[in-house]
Amino acid sequence: MPAPIRLRELIRTIRTARTQAEEREMIQKECAAIRSSFREEDNTYRCRNVAKLLYMHMLGYPAHFGQLECLKLIASQKFTDKRIGYLGAMLLLDERQDVHLLMTNCIKNDLNHSTQYVQGLALCTLGCMGSSEMCRDLAGEVEKLLKTSNSYLRKKAALCAVHVIRKVPELMEMFLPATKNLLSEKNHGEILHTSVVLLTEMCERSPDMLSHFRKLVPQLVRILKNLIMSGYSPEHDVSGISDPFLQVRILRLLRILGKGDDDSSEAMNDILAQVATNTETSKNVGNAILYETVLTIMDIKSESGLRVLAINILGRFLLNNDKNIRYVALTSLLKTVQTDHNAVQRHRSTIVDCLKDLDVSIKRRAMELSFALVNGNNIRGMMKELLYFLDSCDPDFKADCASGIFLAAEKYAPSKRWHIDTIMRVLTTAGSYVRDDSVPNLIQLITNSVEMHAYTVQRLYKALLDDISQQPLVQVASWCIGEYGDLLVSGQCEEEEPIQVNDLYVLDVLEGLLVSNLSTPVTRGYSLTAIMKLSTRFSSLNRIKKVVSIYGSSIDVELQQRAVEYNALFKKYDHMRPALLERMPIMEKTATNGPSETVQTNGETDSTILDTKHLPSISQPASQVGFLKHGFSIQTCAHFRHLNNIQPLNVIIPPMTAYNKNGLIIEFTFERSNPNPNIAVITIHATNSTEADMTEFVFQAAVPKTFQLQLLSPSSNVVPAFNQGSVTQVIRVLNPQKVRCYCEPRTHSASDLQCIQAINFYLSCVPGESNPQPCAS
Amino acid sequence: MQFMLLFSRQGKLRLQKWYVPLSDKEKKKITRELVQTVLARKPKMCSFLEWRDLKIVYKRYASLYFCCAIEDQDNELITLEIIHRYVELLDKYFGSVCELDIIFNFEKAYFILDEFLLGGEAQETSKKNVLKAIEQADLLQENFSSQSPHNCLSTP
Repeated sequence: MPAPIRLRELIRTIRTARTQAEEREMIQKECAAIRSSFREEDNTYRCRNVAKLLYMHMLGYPAHFGQLECLKLIASQKFTDKRIGYLGAMLLLDERQDVHLLMTNCIKNDLNHSTQYVQGLALCTLGCMGSSEMCRDLAGEVEKLLKTSNSYLRKKAALCAVHVIRKVPELMEMFLPATKNLLSEKNHGEILHTSVVLLTEMCERSPDMLSHFRKLVPQLVRILKNLIMSGYSPEHDVSGISDPFLQVRILRLLRILGKGDDDSSEAMNDILAQVATNTETSKNVGNAILYETVLTIMDIKSESGLRVLAINILGRFLLNNDKNIRYVALTSLLKTVQTDHNAVQRHRSTIVDCLKDLDVSIKRRAMELSFALVNGNNIRGMMKELLYFLDSCDPDFKADCASGIFLAAEKYAPSKRWHIDTIMRVLTTAGSYVRDDSVPNLIQLITNSVEMHAYTVQRLYKALLDDISQQPLVQVASWCIGEYGDLLVSGQCEEEEPIQVNDLYVLDVLEGLLVSNLSTPVTRGYSLTAIMKLSTRFSSLNRIKKVVSIYGSSIDVELQQRAVEYNALFKKYDHMRPALLERMPIMEKTATNGPSETVQTNGETDSTILDTKHLPSISQPASQVGFLKHGFSIQTCAHFRHLNNIQPLNVIIPPMTAYNKNGLIIEFTFERSNPNPNIAVITIHATNSTEADMTEFVFQAAVPKTFQLQLLSPSSNVVPAFNQGSVTQVIRVLNPQKVRCYCEPRTHSASDLQCIQAINFYLSCVPGESNPQPCAS
Repeated sequence: MQFMLLFSRQGKLRLQKWYVPLSDKEKKKITRELVQTVLARKPKMCSFLEWRDLKIVYKRYASLYFCCAIEDQDNELITLEIIHRYVELLDKYFGSVCELDIIFNFEKAYFILDEFLLGGEAQETSKKNVLKAIEQADLLQENFSSQSPHNCLSTP
């Protein structure tokens, strides 16, 4: 059989293939040849064949049949074989397959080989892909090599130890003795870099190690100092800076050691200042060191002067031509903006300029940082820049930017008009990107800005005339027109020139939304409701009735339901319509579902206000009010607590007799406390139908921990005989969890019945639920 | 460092070094996605990007992209220097290196990388020392192969 072709020959051949298919054919042919060669257990050419296989593997072809061959190569005595064998192992073997464990013995032997380059191969392979089992078996060998005087092996052993520790953290302890002299001067600095890496790994993983190694701080400071001060060392020099890789690693280790520790931080203050001021910044390598220095300064307990120095370095980075440096600066500033806010503020204008950068990552960071820097003083200026950014930025950014603007505007708006204008601007420029929860938030904001209603509805109306494609804008606009349409047509706007529009035009616009293909079902719902509301604000009743009845047969179920209910409102409940469609009151924001109404609204607690406004909660985009089902059972929520005459919410539990024995009757009446509806007020009435007065009557109540109980003073201790009077006492129970409670009052009767009667009953405090179930025992 | 990839402007992989255990399938997927992402970047963009939960540092040298994935606490700027150091080593070894050198001598590119980095960290910060070690190892290889009649690999 002819000798297998050489590696370079194969590469050359494969590269001549003009199509994928041709390449595949060549590869398959070669693979077949290789396979038969493997079968023949050919020692001579195994190396060559595996090398070829590795090349084909890199092109993306399967090569698993070469795995065992790699193991054979590793076991060979020839250095060439071992080199390719170990390479193959690193490329083809995978710790999830048991095959890799067969390597362990070979590696063990090679770790003790007489040639350091063979030992090096073994250490490299173990440190690159050793599994936990392998690491466990071979940790001892690695530890031995860590103590050897051969620096070539020692540095490899250090990094191999790092890998072992990552895989099997419990083994960290065994490397501790070997670390004793790692940083000592005797090593000619050759193993410093890897030693620092090993120490870093150990300190990061174990607080004990961290405290143990803190004593190395002075030594590390000294080494760093020597690096900076010492003369030119061409071997380790990069653009005039001595061993930047080592400098960076030392700075990183110092960061870990100095964090949270005053003494260590103080010990490194000087050297950090020195590095920060003396490092050459014209090339990337100098800036890499400065970057690491800044990170260290910010993390340890540095004095304020040093921190300001660090932030100024970052500020200078922002002005650097190199965009990588700008990127790194923005990332670091983002991390420090919370803790060193004022210092970062000084660089605000530079940061804002970065919004105009061409690079996407830089823009994003500049945007995040800008939002972090907005405050009451700079809101106007910042908002101008941010709105400009919103106009021109990529669609990926628009949602985040819009949300950020809303938040900032809410926190720092200098005036209501400015706030509304800002919102309008966002809705018109990025209206389709705003988040779903913006719509209810905006509605609530607009409702509460009472004096701006006319202005707002006018601006929204004008925006609608321009563009009805942006759904959040359209939804908010429809809602406003429905609410404040009367202000719109009456031209009451004070803030700007009132527009001339009559109700027919307004209805045209709203009906246009209903039929437009651009409107989503949610938007259509908003429009229909708005039209309905205008029935009490405009005089075009017939037209509105017609529109509503048309949609009674709409395919969209949601729309159909609304139309049917509104129809019913016209036909059967027309007397209620004005009250139902009245203006929305000011809303209080609750944490969960967006706006909900306060208990007292303009003192109209007796009125029959049921508002049909659809306030989408964050979870449900469509409306939830299904109120007009035969008989007004209200299905929504806690939103409408002040609804009295439809279903009295104040009294949800009718009075009950809790105890009726031996002539003593105790009755409970329940009320809900105003203003806190979570408090149930229980009034007990005790009457005595026996012949003798009951003296020393004491009512006690015990409740579980979820409740709070307040017993007010009773009217008297004596329950008069023959039902001539009663003792009343008020108990207030707070049940914030709305959990079913189990209340056990104990009464002591001063008559000869020295018995304690336990009465069990349930108090249900969930609103809307029906009667509690007493069960006296 | 979690891994390093070298690929051409057409997206062909020239070298892949993985320092984390992943299945072949996962490696292929990551490679495909990352190559696509990096090749889509415009020349004016910075050398860093966030990808999944990693930081990607990449730099183009002639027709080859050198791409490293580092962790959150690693320094991006020094990683650029690591990449540059590797390129310098290749350059010194091959004498004005070009993509073809790496294609035809991929195993040597790996040997040099393995002499410079171990487990994702730099093991030797002196250029001279790395090259010296490679030289010695090559000699060792030649000595062995000069003893056997069949040359399995040719050295440059």
